[in-house]
Amino acid sequence: MRILYIWKEIIMSNLSVNHLLGIKYLSLKDIEQIFETTDHFKEVINRKIKKVPSLRDLTIANLFFENSTRTKISFELAQKRLSADVVNLSSSASSVSKGETLIDTVNNILSMKVDMIVLRHPSPGASVFLSKNVNSCIINAGDGTHEHPTQALLDAYSLNQKIGSLKNKNILIVGDILHSRVAMSNIYAYQMLGANVKVCGPKSLIPKYIESFDVSIETNLIKALKWCDGVNMLRIQNERMSESYFPTVREYVQQFGLNKKILDSIEKEIIIMHPGPINRGVEITSEVADSEQAIILDQVENGVAIRMAIMYLLASKI
Amino acid sequence: MPLKKILNAEQISSIISRLAFQLIEEHNDFSNTVILAIQPRGVLLAKRILEILIEQSYKVDLGVLDITFFRDDFRRNEKSLKANKTNINFSIENKTVVLVDDVLFTGRSIRAALDALQSYGRPISVQLLNLIDRRFSRELPIQPDYCGIQVDSRLNQKVVVKWMEDDDEDSVYLERNYNE
Repeated sequence: MRILYIWKEIIMSNLSVNHLLGIKYLSLKDIEQIFETTDHFKEVINRKIKKVPSLRDLTIANLFFENSTRTKISFELAQKRLSADVVNLSSSASSVSKGETLIDTVNNILSMKVDMIVLRHPSPGASVFLSKNVNSCIINAGDGTHEHPTQALLDAYSLNQKIGSLKNKNILIVGDILHSRVAMSNIYAYQMLGANVKVCGPKSLIPKYIESFDVSIETNLIKALKWCDGVNMLRIQNERMSESYFPTVREYVQQFGLNKKILDSIEKEIIIMHPGPINRGVEITSEVADSEQAIILDQVENGVAIRMAIMYLLASKI
Repeated sequence: MPLKKILNAEQISSIISRLAFQLIEEHNDFSNTVILAIQPRGVLLAKRILEILIEQSYKVDLGVLDITFFRDDFRRNEKSLKANKTNINFSIENKTVVLVDDVLFTGRSIRAALDALQSYGRPISVQLLNLIDRRFSRELPIQPDYCGIQVDSRLNQKVVVKWMEDDDEDSVYLERNYNE
C-alpha cells in the first residue's frame, strides 16, 4: 500500500461521479474541487511551455455528432495539453451516415483501447444513455436541449473570477431558454453555487415548467438587467426550431437585444457573458460584445482550463 | 503510534543555518542562482533559508514549484492528486537552480520536479537541498547536494516534519506503525 507513505496534503477525495453527464449529477463539493483544480491549470496554460504529462497514458475520443467550433477545439487543446492521445470523429465523415447505431459506433471505438469519450449529440440524454450502455468514461459536450455541463462550469468559473463568490448574487439568462442546453446547465450550476437566477425572453421561448426550478421570469429586459449582477446572453437556436416562436427577428432585437443604450440606461456595471457563437446585432450588438464589461473571450480561455481539470479529475477514476 | 523525536527546534535551526552558509559558500553573490521550493513541504524550509540569506544581505530569487501534474503515480492511487500553486516569476534559463524539499525519500518527487523545471527554461545546473535524507529508501538514482541529516529508516516508518507555521512546533519525528 504505497498510498500510506504519501503525505496527506497531496491527495484529495475523488469526484462523486464517474462521468460528467450534467451539472445536476454533481455536488457542490465536486464543483468546488473542479474550480480549485482549474486555477492550477490556468497557470499551466499561461506558461511558455503549456504542456504537462498527466494523461500521457490515456487515449480520448472526441465524438461530435453536431457542429461545434469552440467546444471541439477547447476539448482537443485541453487533451493535448494534458498529453493525452486524441482521436476525432464527426458524424458527417463517419459510418453513422451508413446506419450504424451510437452504441455500436462507440463500442467499436472502445475496442481500439480508448479510455474516455467526449460526446456531443443532437439528442437530449444521449450521453446518459451511452454511459449506461458502454463501459467507458463519458463527458457530455452538449446533448440536444438537455445539458452542456462544461459550458456551465466555465461560465460560473469566469463569473466567479470577476465578481467573487456567487452566493446571493443575481444572475440573468436572456434569450432562447427553451432550446438552450446552456441555460439548463447554467441554472443548475448557479443555483448550486448559491446564486439567484432569473430568465428573460419571449414567453414562447421560456419553458412552462421553468418556475418549478425556483427560477423567476421577467419579460422586460431593462427591469431584468437592473436586477442582475451578471447576464448570460443566449443565441436564438434557429436550427432547433421547427416553427416560428416570435414574429420577426427585428421585433426580437427590439425587445431582447442588448445594446449600448440599454446598458447605459441601467446605470450599473454588470458582467456580460455569451457562450458563443454570437449573432452580432441580434441578441447583442458588436459595441456591447467588444466592450470592457463583456468577458466572452475570458470564458473561452477558461474553457480550456476547466476541461483540463475535468478530464484530470475523471482520469484518476478510470 | 509511537513517535520518536529525532530533531528539536534548536537542532533544526542550526541545521538550517548550516545549509544556508553552505549555499553562500558555493554560490558567491547568488547573481546566477535561484531557489525553487517544492510544494507543499519544501516551501517553509526554503523560506527559513531565505531569511538567513537576507540577514547576511544576499538577494536571492525564490520560487515555488508544484509537481503534481508531473508525478508518475497519477492514476496509480485510488484518490486524485491535489495540485498546489506554482509561482515562478523569473526565468531559470542559464541559472543554477537549487531545489529545496524537506524529506528526500524515494526520489520520485525530485524526478517529477526535474521534469516540471523544463517548462520554465534550461537551467545551467540543478542542485538539491534536503533537510532529511532517508538514504536507504531510494528508488531512483538521485542524491542531495546539501543535506541536513541522514535518517536510516524502514519503508513502513514515517518521517514527520513539523513547522512552527503549521503545527506550532519545529521538530522532526520518526514514526513507527506496528500494525504493518
